[in-house]
Amino acid sequence: MKKETAIRLTLLGLAMSTVTALAVITTFILKEGVPVMFRQGPAQFLFGTEWRPSAEPPVFGVWAMIVGSFAVTAGALAIGFPVGLGSAIFLSEFAPRRIAGLLKPALELLAGIPSVVFGFMGMLVLLPWIRAHVGGPGASVLAGSIILGIMILPTVISISMDALRSVPRSYREGSFALGATGWQTTWRVTLPAARAGLVAAVILGMGRAVGETMAVIMVTGNTVQIPRSITQPVRTLTSNIALEMNYADGEHREALFATGVVLFAIIMILNTIANAVSRLGRRS
Amino acid sequence: MRIPPRAVHLTMLGFLWVVTLSAVATLAGIVGWVLWRGLPSVTPRFLFSMPEAAGAEGGIASVILGTLFIIISAVLVATPLGVGTAIYLVEYTRESWVTRVIRYGSDCLAGIPSIIFGLFGYVFFVLFLGFRWSILSGALTLALMSLPTIIRTSEVALRSVPQSFREVSYALGATRWQMVLRVVIPGALPGIVTGIVLALGRSMSETAAVIFTAGTVLPDRVPSSPGDSVRTLAVHFYILATEGATDAQPRAFGTAAILVLAILVINVSAYTLMHRFLARYR
Amino acid sequence: MTPLIEAKGFGVSIGGAAVLRGLDLHVMPHEILSIIGPAGSGKTTFLRCINRLSDLVPDLAVSGVLTLEGRGVFAPETDLADLRRRVGMVFAVPIPLPRSIYENVVFGPRLLGIRDRSRLDAIVEKTLRAAVLWDEVKDRLGTSGTKLSGGQQQRLCLARVLALEPKVLLLDEPCSGLDPISTAKIEEALQELKPQLSVVLVTNNVKQAARSSDRTAFLLMGELVEHGRTAEMFTSPTDTRTNDYISGKFG
Repeated sequence: MKKETAIRLTLLGLAMSTVTALAVITTFILKEGVPVMFRQGPAQFLFGTEWRPSAEPPVFGVWAMIVGSFAVTAGALAIGFPVGLGSAIFLSEFAPRRIAGLLKPALELLAGIPSVVFGFMGMLVLLPWIRAHVGGPGASVLAGSIILGIMILPTVISISMDALRSVPRSYREGSFALGATGWQTTWRVTLPAARAGLVAAVILGMGRAVGETMAVIMVTGNTVQIPRSITQPVRTLTSNIALEMNYADGEHREALFATGVVLFAIIMILNTIANAVSRLGRRS
Repeated sequence: MRIPPRAVHLTMLGFLWVVTLSAVATLAGIVGWVLWRGLPSVTPRFLFSMPEAAGAEGGIASVILGTLFIIISAVLVATPLGVGTAIYLVEYTRESWVTRVIRYGSDCLAGIPSIIFGLFGYVFFVLFLGFRWSILSGALTLALMSLPTIIRTSEVALRSVPQSFREVSYALGATRWQMVLRVVIPGALPGIVTGIVLALGRSMSETAAVIFTAGTVLPDRVPSSPGDSVRTLAVHFYILATEGATDAQPRAFGTAAILVLAILVINVSAYTLMHRFLARYR
Repeated sequence: MTPLIEAKGFGVSIGGAAVLRGLDLHVMPHEILSIIGPAGSGKTTFLRCINRLSDLVPDLAVSGVLTLEGRGVFAPETDLADLRRRVGMVFAVPIPLPRSIYENVVFGPRLLGIRDRSRLDAIVEKTLRAAVLWDEVKDRLGTSGTKLSGGQQQRLCLARVLALEPKVLLLDEPCSGLDPISTAKIEEALQELKPQLSVVLVTNNVKQAARSSDRTAFLLMGELVEHGRTAEMFTSPTDTRTNDYISGKFG
């Protein structure tokens, strides 16, 4: 019996590792990042549009990066969500068994492509194309949106499919029994019933896009500015950290951690919303 | 004029076909493009010799080995933690606020962007614990990132072992731990291994979290201790792609091809393993 | 002679709902007691209390007294693993573990730390013979237990329990899914085993109870209606409900 108790306590200790890790990560990011925010003034830090780490005294404002992150993310969703949802609807409602059996695993495998590969593809193929056919320098909000839109596809598809699959079959049968076509059933019955899960897919896709770093650095140009058109370059919160971390020290490095704090907060808010929405969906 | 529903249905169906095929084709096209451009550069010399001239010349042997060391160590750390957590959740407790807190921790960890892990690994492992840029710092950071994957797949695997097996073991006089060790874990093993393999793949493709913890130094020899700084395949590729001159491009493509190929192999094995496993109890 | 198992005013409730009320029943050494009754009468619950598999049911509470060899089954000092070795159980559905026939049988002995190959070999032969399975499987002990037929699987489960050398054997409708030949083989095995242990046989099959038990207890909706010598109970039951049940009017 004593041995069993020891084993139970050991396992409980191992199980606390996630919570401990989360606590330590939060503590260290906050400890490194929060002081400089207050030295700058939180409002100045969040809403300032100037980022001049080498000025005397240095100025740190991340508003342009917040706007940049959201611009690229919104673009990614505008591209990735319709395509992802369309694919999910096709695969779970209409696709012939054999086609679905082929495409589903293919999508799962492709979910593993490293983000640097997407970025590289963007650099070599997408940027020249945008320069030639759309205009601007190529590296831009548009390029970031397209690459991220493609990258979030597997996430959006798999979560949307889960949402669609959780709609009881009897709903569809009821609709078919009333003489509705397949599309009418999907549009009027299945999609509304899967609403909560689809919202979760959007939010989790958003989280994926906001948090992406390497691919974004490679295709968005990284200029600190509030973009006035989608062909202009931007810098995101994540790129800001990754680009300057290598050489930053002192207050500059703290300011990068503060950027991390903002990013961390955005992600936590998104995850909490996604959690609440899917719990709401399960209840109703 | 009202469009007949049947026509709407057929139009939408055609549209969905196009959307789905283009989504899959885009993703598959990227893989195909990388392999097509990269595989010609993959020669035995490229695989088995050390890098020269900052990676523009020579091979990637030390990079491949460094990657293997770092992802295997990450999984060695994450497996006991993750599988232990799953065993606790499934076998040793009922749903309560404790399990909710543990699951919440795991979910949050899964949502944190890799660049934040990079920042954390840098300030905690590299500086605070003094591990510097090393295999150790990189592996520990990746281990934390892999935890949610391993916990979730192990939990699913453990739950799929039939409850009757547990009753039989108890009825034959097994203690809880004997039951877990001799019946549940062997039954769930393929599923647990799937999670570990998936974590290997994720760790391999990770860049942002490794670049600030394992470093970017390109080693010209085989790394020999956990304290050595290494450059992983993904990081090496990133640096060649962004900083390298045009004459480094064939090697960038070659590195990308190896990376993508390795990840595809890893994911295919995880996928087949999982499906065989699920078929087992059906 | 003192009873091996004794229940006095024993009751069970799950989530506040009574499943078993005021049960007074005993099992003597070397006898076969069958418990009959319709579904939901509490037969299986009672069986699972004797080896404390009832612990796996959330919100299950017991009252009254249940003893095995004079010691309280639900006493706090009970060593569960030890209790379950003294009380072997065979389930309604055969549940071979996904391993070889040999390893299925030695599962219990191995838990006790027995590693000596010749000793394990001896246990395997002895118990498979006792379960009337030896001749059918002796040449393929290495094949998976799940590859056997349903009837063979159930006899394998019986052999696996016998390897623990239990004092009592609990059988929970062991023949419910089996063909008549397999059923006959299991009943044959039980008669052979009687000199070594007691058997509590829960069954839906009234004829099986009549064929193979010394005494019979009739449970209905959580209460003991009547119990006595099988021969007497089946020829002249005292309660009309018993008569109705064994003659097939309900259940």
